[in-house]
Amino acid sequence: MGHLLANIDLTFLIASVVKIVFLTFLVILPMVAYSVYAERRFSAVIQDRVGPNRTGIPLTLFGFKKDIQILGIGGLTQPMADGIKFLLKEDFTPKSVNAFYYWLAPCLTMVPALMTCVVLPFGSELRLSDLNGLLSWVYGVIGMADLPVFSSVPVPSVIADLSVGPLYTFAIASLGVYGIVIAGWASNSKYPFLGGVRASAQMISYELSLGLSIIPVLMVFGELNLTKMSIYQDANGWLLLPLWGEGLSLARWVLWIPMGLSFCIFVVAMFAETNRLPFDMAECETELVAGYHTEYSSMKFALFFLGEYAAMIIGSGLAVTLFLGGWSIPFGPLIGLGYSAGDTPLWLGLLHIGVFLGKIVFFILFFILIRWTLPRFRFDQLMKLGWMVMFELALFNVVLTAFLMWLVPLK
Amino acid sequence: MATIFVKRPKLAWHESWFISTFAKGLKITLGHALKTFLEITGKKEKVTMEYPEQKWDDNLPEYYRGAPALVTDEQDRERCVSCQLCEFICPPKAIRITPGEIPSDDPWAKVEKRPKEFDIDMTRCIYCGMCEEVCPEQAIYLRKDYAITGESRAELMHDKAKLYQIGGKRIGLVNKWNELK
Ligand code: SF4
Ligand code: SF4
Repeated sequence: MGHLLANIDLTFLIASVVKIVFLTFLVILPMVAYSVYAERRFSAVIQDRVGPNRTGIPLTLFGFKKDIQILGIGGLTQPMADGIKFLLKEDFTPKSVNAFYYWLAPCLTMVPALMTCVVLPFGSELRLSDLNGLLSWVYGVIGMADLPVFSSVPVPSVIADLSVGPLYTFAIASLGVYGIVIAGWASNSKYPFLGGVRASAQMISYELSLGLSIIPVLMVFGELNLTKMSIYQDANGWLLLPLWGEGLSLARWVLWIPMGLSFCIFVVAMFAETNRLPFDMAECETELVAGYHTEYSSMKFALFFLGEYAAMIIGSGLAVTLFLGGWSIPFGPLIGLGYSAGDTPLWLGLLHIGVFLGKIVFFILFFILIRWTLPRFRFDQLMKLGWMVMFELALFNVVLTAFLMWLVPLK
Repeated sequence: MATIFVKRPKLAWHESWFISTFAKGLKITLGHALKTFLEITGKKEKVTMEYPEQKWDDNLPEYYRGAPALVTDEQDRERCVSCQLCEFICPPKAIRITPGEIPSDDPWAKVEKRPKEFDIDMTRCIYCGMCEEVCPEQAIYLRKDYAITGESRAELMHDKAKLYQIGGKRIGLVNKWNELK
């Protein structure tokens, strides 16, 4: 028994499964659920309301405390109540829809959004061999001392370390628009149809500037691997905060201008890509009832909703990785919290994961704040902004970066 | 000429490019968010109440318009003479009265009429106070009950007994049917 188990690469096996389960089911999905809650609470306080602040959990029937409160913020179980509500609602399929595509569309929105997360490096690496002491103690207690222990090779905190990270993300993320277009078309009703048409036009326009906006970034890194980008930024200063390592060179500071521009374009295009206000032309409640998901109910509607938030989280993750150092701690190398390959203790690896999630949370709050600050653009304004401003700006930015890199070479 | 030409304000470049306007907008929303957040977490005095736990009942003004109800006077006489003025003025037609005669051996026989049935449909009533305003007998008043709930339509149909129960006795009103006068 022990011999058989020893032949299995325990570290790799556990790591892969744990990473997928951890990232998708324990990080992204709860984060999606809680960003809906955050959206509701944050929008409420912006509008001087209170928002969902009490959720009666069934245990109240047995005299338990009514609600879980942290710092006076109640209603923390609201996402679960929402989930249960969506599952219990009647799942109504109108007679006139094209049933196959009608069912396909919500999946097509949710799945690509979750798939893109595999290339995001959500932490530096985890040296699980730090746990070997604990493990052998446990083995000693159960009396099987010859069980395998973790190898000393650290586990990278990324599911798939692709060398074409951003390209993969864009390729998969743009599949999300099919969900919306198909939903609009399959619903066989005019408002969803208009929503779907708008979404496709909008996506095509902004995908261009989204793609173009990261070309300068790739030029600076000379690299398409997101993990290596994070490592570089950890050692040499974030792209937008070049304050340590090589970041203090003249070249990096000159490049700060096009990088800032890139960041702005990227963020704006991301808003458009994820159909968030001020670019939520596909939903646009004031004109299109509810846009592409007008005819959807219960969990199918919720899938659209969750897909939108999942796309937001992945987009934020990408922006953080490209421009804001990914998992790296600001001034990390200077205060001894930097990453060094194979020599990062486990607690630091976990801290890096925490920092990455913290940055994403910050970004999502920013998303929400923008949504409740800016009014919606008119459709022609949106198109004009996409084609006449963003596209040219992104193109110009590529040339500018090339010119500056030629003028002041890196390194 | 009474025509005024309103000039469009000329936007500076940073305004039309959403830079300063954007910052201004963020300042407003964040300011409100912070203020309300501090109120919710109890760091700042709240201007609102958590309704079912905290109530404002003690501070309701005298003129508060809650549920309409019938009142009796000091001698326990039903003040309503079923003139049906309230029934006719009620904007959503929430009141239904069946007038009844007071028998001649009753001490208040000279009042002649009192309602046999008096129903107010609380699913219709809009708490406007017209009935109170129009009543020549000071018989119907809007009380301070506002949480009128029920599990069926029938429960929300306030009949005579219920109305007198909410209204109770009201003293110090004009007693125009009083023997002493
Ligand atoms: S409540 Fe007043 S207005 Fe209405 S029927 Fe009775 S006496 Fe007339
Ligand atoms: S308060 Fe207004 S609506 Fe209600 S019963 Fe009186 S007159 Fe009718």
